[in-house]
Amino acid sequence: MMLRGLWKLTWIELKIFLREPLGAFGTIAIPVLVFVVTGRIVGHREPSASLAASNFISVGLPVLASVLITISAVLSLVTIISIYREGGILKRLRATPLRPQTILTAHVVVKLLLTAATLVLMVLVGKRYYPVGIHVPLFGFTLALLISTCSILSMGFLIASIVPTARFAQPIGAVILYPMIGISGLFAPVAALPPALQVVARVVPLTYAVSLLEGIWKGDAWSAHLGDVGALALVFIACTALSAKVFRWQ
Amino acid sequence: MPPVIQVSAVRKTYGATVAVDEVSFAVNEGEIFGLIGPNGAGKTTTMECIEGLRTPDRGAISVLGLNPFSDVYKLQERIGIQLQEAQLQKRIKVWEAVDLWASLYRKKRIDGERLLEQLGLIDKRNAWFMNLSGGQKQRLFIALALINDPELVFLDELTTGLDPQARRAIWDLVRGIRSRGKTVFLTTHLMEEAERLCDRVAIIEHGRIIDIDTPQSLVNRHCPERTVVLATDDGSAAERFRTIPRVDAVTCSDSQFTIRGRGDDLVTEVIQCLSENRIRVTDFRTILPNLEDVFLKLTGHSIRD
Ligand SMILES: Nc1ncnc2c1ncn2[C@@H]1O[C@H](COP(=O)(O)OP(=O)(O)OP(=O)(O)O)[C@@H](O)[C@H]1O
Ligand SMILES: [Mg+2]
Repeated sequence: MMLRGLWKLTWIELKIFLREPLGAFGTIAIPVLVFVVTGRIVGHREPSASLAASNFISVGLPVLASVLITISAVLSLVTIISIYREGGILKRLRATPLRPQTILTAHVVVKLLLTAATLVLMVLVGKRYYPVGIHVPLFGFTLALLISTCSILSMGFLIASIVPTARFAQPIGAVILYPMIGISGLFAPVAALPPALQVVARVVPLTYAVSLLEGIWKGDAWSAHLGDVGALALVFIACTALSAKVFRWQ
Repeated sequence: MPPVIQVSAVRKTYGATVAVDEVSFAVNEGEIFGLIGPNGAGKTTTMECIEGLRTPDRGAISVLGLNPFSDVYKLQERIGIQLQEAQLQKRIKVWEAVDLWASLYRKKRIDGERLLEQLGLIDKRNAWFMNLSGGQKQRLFIALALINDPELVFLDELTTGLDPQARRAIWDLVRGIRSRGKTVFLTTHLMEEAERLCDRVAIIEHGRIIDIDTPQSLVNRHCPERTVVLATDDGSAAERFRTIPRVDAVTCSDSQFTIRGRGDDLVTEVIQCLSENRIRVTDFRTILPNLEDVFLKLTGHSIRD
């Protein structure tokens, strides 16, 4: 089978990640802490906040948190792959029947697991500060997040497949991914952006991820977001196929 | 039986550097074949083209009847590779690496724990890769190259960084691979290693193969000189030695004689001369050329230069 060794590699990579100093703490504990602290500050405000503000707190903030965690997972994926490439680890793995897709998939699964752990912890400790969470369709939101994450991660594959050195991996990834948040519709509706930016927003996959996540969080039906899911799937397929073609082992 | 590896007119350049130039040779089933040459001669490039890790500019390569480029995954199932320079994940444990590698192949017949034991790594099985010494890393990579019980094993500078004891252990291991009918293709710049281990060697320099043969034939062909050193008080000895047909020169200092000549029969003839003339000797030894001398002769410099 094509993905021979996938589970073993995934399990080992997960263990290796947790052995790293700050590995578990940096990825899981820090976002949860930030979330709790923000929650305390925002939660103690007067309840008479403006509608827009409260809308951002109840919908935008959780979605922003999810997107940020996803992007940081992607950046760490990009960095790990380029460190593996530079250190000759990829080359050693290549001298086996292992395929690049398997290596990338293993890292993606590790990132998904860590992201899921972070989000579950956030929901658990955040309940006190964000009572809105109770009405959220958790299963649907998780599914939407999984779809979005896979799609954003596939952009990560593509970046990881071609970045020249480990030192550039993180900055290049950040420069590509973080600006996408600004125009994704999270802070201002896409329709309110200048026309030129609107065009950019329409081709940036994150826009569809944000639309999907916000919609599902608010309780929209999936049928209202088939377009978003389609766009994300398209990005996933295109980026994965392309990165398998241009993947550099060394 | 077709050769296990067939390389025909392979050329590989990097910019203006010609790393491998019109190289052709064949490796037969069940032999230990060594590629020897100085740093930068093109050993690793040649080997990695055969392994399917690099693509030559020109030429044809067939390995176990497969094309290493189009059938690379099929080929990887059947071969084992130890790279000259490689790393693993810093914090992977020794046993985890062996376990992972074992899971990558379709067939599993080798016992990883036994392999670690043979390579003297069993008490390091829980150590992180980053905490292994250079020699221990090297031995781990040899273990990984053997984990799928490959039909053909590639070892690039297999004993670099190993102490003499570990080196001997690895040599025994490699001979063990051959005794199970497998083929070994290795590179080294240790002439002693090539001489003791290889059935045949190819000498490569500046990307070109200079000669290929068994170590003994290479020595006989390129360095027929033989030297006998002996000690005797017999006053007429020098006279007698000069009458031996194959002798080129006899020198003497105190009572020590150095007899130079050519051909394998020289030693026998000196002994015959001693016994016919009843010359009493108090010391007798021979100085025979080795691969090191062949290399010097063929390239004009020592391999370590
Ligand atoms: N990836 C590369 N890019 C550019 N030049 C290369 C590359 N790989 C090898 N070379 C050049 O090709 C030549 C042959 O290198 P190669 O690594 O095959 O030598 P080698 O015989 O294995 O040497 P060593 O004993 O040092 O391992 C060298 O001049 C080297 O600089
Ligand atoms: Mg080399």
